[in-house]
Amino acid sequence: MHLTKEEEKMLEGEYGPGVQKAMEIIVALGKIYGAERLVPVTSVQVAGVSYKNLGDAGIEFLEEWAEAGGKVRVPTTLNPAGMDLDDWQRIGFDLEFAEKQLKVISAFQKMGIMPTCTCTPYLAGNVPRFGDHIAWAESSAVSYANSVIGARTNREGGPSAIAAAITGRTAEFGYHLDENRKARFLIRVEAEMKDYSDFGALGYWTGLQIKNSVPLFTEIKEASNDELKQLGASAAASGAVALYHIEGITPEAKIGNVLADDHEELVFEDKDKKEIQERLGWEETEIDLVVFGCPHASLEELRYIAQKIKGKKLKAELWITTSKAVKALAQRAGLEKIIEEAGGRIVSDACAVVAPVKGFGFKNIAVNSGKYAWYLPNQGFNVRFGSTDKCIEAAITGRWEE
Amino acid sequence: MILKGRVIKAGKAEGEALVSPDPIGFYGNVDPETGIIIEKGHPLEGKSIAGKILVFPTGKGSTVGSYTIYRLKKNGKAPAAMIVKESEPIIAVGAIISDIPMVDQIDISKIKTGMKVKIDGDTIEIL
Repeated sequence: MHLTKEEEKMLEGEYGPGVQKAMEIIVALGKIYGAERLVPVTSVQVAGVSYKNLGDAGIEFLEEWAEAGGKVRVPTTLNPAGMDLDDWQRIGFDLEFAEKQLKVISAFQKMGIMPTCTCTPYLAGNVPRFGDHIAWAESSAVSYANSVIGARTNREGGPSAIAAAITGRTAEFGYHLDENRKARFLIRVEAEMKDYSDFGALGYWTGLQIKNSVPLFTEIKEASNDELKQLGASAAASGAVALYHIEGITPEAKIGNVLADDHEELVFEDKDKKEIQERLGWEETEIDLVVFGCPHASLEELRYIAQKIKGKKLKAELWITTSKAVKALAQRAGLEKIIEEAGGRIVSDACAVVAPVKGFGFKNIAVNSGKYAWYLPNQGFNVRFGSTDKCIEAAITGRWEE
Repeated sequence: MILKGRVIKAGKAEGEALVSPDPIGFYGNVDPETGIIIEKGHPLEGKSIAGKILVFPTGKGSTVGSYTIYRLKKNGKAPAAMIVKESEPIIAVGAIISDIPMVDQIDISKIKTGMKVKIDGDTIEIL
């Protein structure tokens, strides 16, 4: 693998042990995947932030790296934490957990990482451009950056994303190269796509079918940014899809042929959509929590939900998880007041997958997200997956009706 | 006997080989407090990897495994070195962040459990 003089210096330790360790990681990954060189990155998103997943060893690891001179040299943002960093006490997060979580955040800040704590960095100021090489962790954000924006990133892990931020480089392999961005599956979408959750179901189904391959979807007439966000998040959760194309909608499919010559064809029909939605169970049940915001809710999603529950008294708990940036705007726009008066909460910085939600005693959860539908059953919850309106209805009545 | 491989994490180590015919997933399958493999049905189930030259085909499982390797190191229960047939990112990153010498692209069938093994950079000497 070719390294520039500057890169050699980093590897030999001329910039200190923190930079050296980072470059060792980048070079090792380059070797493993047969990269010929490194490429500069313009933006990094770091995952592995919740204390629930990191533990004390994780804190120690981050603090040591920061002390060894691990400082980021490109704009770097952070994935969700295990709680709302400002409002944790009022929502009821455990004090001991909170202290550890704040320690994690401060270790990241010592490295120069912005404590955005969102899985939607592209809604909070970290927006790469078409064709940019970036190093993002967080599978849903990876999918959005690759597919909707047309930037180029592999699915980074926690330490490899930090290493890219410290060196400003990543090894050139995988989705950084044109030949790996071609679709190996052509998926004709014949099902009716009218709700956010329909895109979640399509993503969930696609991940199961094609694992970590690249699909080109056809016959989707329109899709909002929120729906594209949902599609990618779900396909990245049930499979490991890091890039998808949609004919006439996503940028690379608009400007050229993205379909590989050797590809397989699949069809997504209404019966497939129904099967995914009913997979987790569809029968009537009590609901004690409805959670929206996976990936983190946009201002538009908050506006929609607020308008639907305005003046109502909710029977189930309602959490809408989002970034601090969007929560601040929702407060200014008066949406938080409407949601709280109905009995719901806007929880920033966290999400139901990485927060210790079990501790709140919830059992039956309704979601409109295919990604939540994938992860929450593994954490021991009884989950119902349906349209945004159906979930709002469940929040109002406290029941999931068949 | 001398074997040559590719350096993933440079370093020197010497010790007794512990060979696994199956891949090792560190997260959830190796106890970070004791270094004992706890995966049900794994060929090395119940064995400790602490201080051993751990020889195995490749890694598997959750990416959090890199942090498990780091926790093993902090607890003094990490292997002295890792020799693998094929690297993947979880074990490679784990070795680097934990300062554990690691070499890949080795024909691991040449090494048997209990052999004395010395590693120096890309060179493996079976004593």
